[in-house]
Amino acid sequence: MVVPSLKLQDLIEEIRGAKTQAQEREVIQKECAHIRASFRDGDPLHRHRQLAKLLYVHMLGYPAHFGQMECLKLIASPRFSDKRMGYLGAMLLLDERQDAHLLITNSIKNDLSQGSQPVQGLALCTLSTVGSAEMCRDLATEVEKLLLQPSPYVRKKAVLTAVHMIRKVPELSNIFLPPCAQLLQERHHGILLGTITLITELCEGSPAALRHFRKVVPQLVEILRTLVTSGYSAEHSISGVSDPFLQVQILRLLRILGRNHEDSSETMNDLLAQVATNTETSRNAGNAVLLETVLTIMDIRSAAGLRVLAVNILGRFLLNSDKNIRYVALTSLLRLVQSDHSAVQRHRSTVVECLQEPDTSLSRRALELSLALVNSSNVRSMTRELQGFLESCPPDLRADCASGILLAAERFAPTKRWHIDTILHVLTTAGTHVRDDAVANLTQLIGGAQELHAYSVCRLYSALAEDISQQPLVQVAAWCIGEYGDLLLEGSCEETEPLQVEEEEVLVLLEKVLQSHMSLPATRGYALTALMKLSTRLRGDNNRIRQVVSIYGSCLDVELQQRAVEYNTLFRKYDHMRAAILEKMPLMERGGPQVDEEAEESKEARLSEAAPVPTEPQASKLLDLLDLLDGTSGDSQHPPLDPSPGGTLVHLLDLPCAPPALAPIPNVKVFEREGLQLNLSFARPSEIPALLLITATATNSSGSDVTHFVCQAAVPKSIQLQLQAPSGDTVPAQGGLPITQLLRILNPNKAPLRLKLRLTYNHFGQSVQEIFEVNNLPLETWQ
Amino acid sequence: MQFMLLFSRQGKLRLQKWYVPLSDKEKKKITRELVQTVLARKPKMCSFLEWRDLKIVYKRYASLYFCCAIEDQDNELITLEIIHRYVELLDKYFGSVCELDIIFNFEKAYFILDEFLLGGEVQETSKKNVLKAIEQADLLQEVSYKEAETPRSVLEEIGLT
Repeated sequence: MVVPSLKLQDLIEEIRGAKTQAQEREVIQKECAHIRASFRDGDPLHRHRQLAKLLYVHMLGYPAHFGQMECLKLIASPRFSDKRMGYLGAMLLLDERQDAHLLITNSIKNDLSQGSQPVQGLALCTLSTVGSAEMCRDLATEVEKLLLQPSPYVRKKAVLTAVHMIRKVPELSNIFLPPCAQLLQERHHGILLGTITLITELCEGSPAALRHFRKVVPQLVEILRTLVTSGYSAEHSISGVSDPFLQVQILRLLRILGRNHEDSSETMNDLLAQVATNTETSRNAGNAVLLETVLTIMDIRSAAGLRVLAVNILGRFLLNSDKNIRYVALTSLLRLVQSDHSAVQRHRSTVVECLQEPDTSLSRRALELSLALVNSSNVRSMTRELQGFLESCPPDLRADCASGILLAAERFAPTKRWHIDTILHVLTTAGTHVRDDAVANLTQLIGGAQELHAYSVCRLYSALAEDISQQPLVQVAAWCIGEYGDLLLEGSCEETEPLQVEEEEVLVLLEKVLQSHMSLPATRGYALTALMKLSTRLRGDNNRIRQVVSIYGSCLDVELQQRAVEYNTLFRKYDHMRAAILEKMPLMERGGPQVDEEAEESKEARLSEAAPVPTEPQASKLLDLLDLLDGTSGDSQHPPLDPSPGGTLVHLLDLPCAPPALAPIPNVKVFEREGLQLNLSFARPSEIPALLLITATATNSSGSDVTHFVCQAAVPKSIQLQLQAPSGDTVPAQGGLPITQLLRILNPNKAPLRLKLRLTYNHFGQSVQEIFEVNNLPLETWQ
Repeated sequence: MQFMLLFSRQGKLRLQKWYVPLSDKEKKKITRELVQTVLARKPKMCSFLEWRDLKIVYKRYASLYFCCAIEDQDNELITLEIIHRYVELLDKYFGSVCELDIIFNFEKAYFILDEFLLGGEVQETSKKNVLKAIEQADLLQEVSYKEAETPRSVLEEIGLT
């Protein structure tokens, strides 16, 4: 007796009827057993139905590999119903990783050459969905033949199959390039669309093809013009826009053809202006076309007026009530902010408003864009806005926002005091989200601003008194109080409200920090050292401090214990030296800016095209560009002591911030021309007296960038020179990031140092070469 | 387009069209993660999100999410139009389509999609032409069923199988 197999819909019904996962599994397993048996017995009549059921359970996540061979059989069957299901099965089960995959090649070949139009359609569809490179090679000529077939139904599919083939096997471009000229004459929208897609693919794959197709730019312009000016067509219009799919594809091709090509760009100028002004903007279809138009305008060599028009369209998008439109506006503006900075600046206030968006995808974009728009003229107001945002922004944006504000402050701070205030505010609002070097930066900044010591310490003290939980803030405050405790107690700061602080209060606060469970070990270290420094700054007796220090001598934390023991020793045995050791720190020198290679590499992965698409500036990437920790060697300055206590005392002054650079040799300026300046700074590591480290820094205060900068050096034969790779070869205008390069000079014989430099670079559109000998080298460089 | 997924509010997959070669395991992983990500979005949020190195465009129609993965240079807004056009086609074909139609006739949903997109690109921008093609194919299928069925029943009747 033949058990009639379940119809597809009945099976689906049964599966959906299952109350539990286990029940469902049971039903499916039972049915799969039937299906397997049916496949084994080879029932040609119902094969397609069995496969359909199998495909359904496959979608639910169950294994279906035993159906692969059945797909083959169905495809080979003459019946259309079989083929339809077989090809569907092939697309779902037979991707190119399967062994059975290649076996369908022959069937496809037959169907392509001898099948009816619907059958040809099925074959082409399958080929373009799962066709492997090998299959594409085998079947390329078949597809080529179909390109010239009379039926538009088949032709439009053949064209897109060609696109897939070229993606898989780029060499096949040779076959599919010639027919394009004729195909472009088509009136059928489907074929035309496919052809434009094909040409786009060909141009993206080969510069030769790109050059070849530039000559069709006028033709494309005509096609698009006809589309735009034609009236309503029931078949192709969407919301008042004629075939937006085709328009967008043509615009995209025009972008590729016009990029970096004056003539082509000029040919399309008028049309782009026409599309930009006449397209319906009330619905998404029109906006889709507008978006593509804007992207094309910005990417080709378009007239300035057109570019402004494009950016203004984006500005209007920003005000659109549709969130999606606002999103693409922000994304596009972000892409343009580097190349068309002033145009985007005009929309700054709207962008800042977008920070308030409840949707985080939008507010994130708005944040990135806002940070990119900060410049020296708007830094105060922008920072205010961003700080406001920081207070209320969602947690995943906090870190980026904080880093962004700090970086912007770093680059554009109008005054030191404003800078300190800004960092302080960020530390209080989002202290836990800032990067580790924020502490070092702030201490360095404060240290360097002597006039602001009193102000800083007063503000930090107040902030600390309010809240000891934000670690970076606590660390900086502790450091400051330690260094400038005397100024704090004088209470003589004019710029804030006069603060009356008692010595006791200060000590209590620091002790509180030490004891708090919220304080990190590093923070405790800061606090302990600060206490110690106060022993010389405060006028009262030091019993309290001595007590604390001795208590921590048995602390479990090794770091803290070591410090405490050392400080204790300082009190007991070396009290006479205490004042000298705990003197105020000298001004630290910053390390030069260095490009962070890792950040560059991760950005490379995102930028796929070789074409000069401007990079998306992100706060984190900009931050990585300035690695401010001093990496060069240099001993801390300390008074000479006996070796054994000297060892531990060196550790005393090894505070977690950049060590002061040893720079007894003054810097010299060796070259200046039209705003480009080259300075040399010197360092001599004490372990190797014969070694001199010279850092050459090239700065540019002119209005034009300096590019392709190369510096070469030569020294007398008795001296060894090693030139390390420079940090870059471009110095942007107006005080942009300088280039630094390290020269290592070994001069054991103390021969007189002579240094000849050869500079080559491009500046103000001209190439410059300068060869000269440095004649103002200080004697200390070789004596 | 790299792939299109249709899934319900409970995360059940209703259609998966992959235009890039990936192993079954990878497809399952991607599907799981993406479904989770999209279902976690609040109703008022925009239709675009970045996921791995792709742009995801999604839209919810009744109880079904239509989700497309496109590449960096693709136009998000036109992808929304693609999704909308597909829904219109389904609607015209099934007559006021609902999720159940797509569940019980999933193969038809695929057939319709394959007349609208090919290899991840739009092949036909006229709604009329797409529906006409499906109609013709359905007709052909009916005919071929009848051809298949008839001889067998006759043979059976006279006892020759």
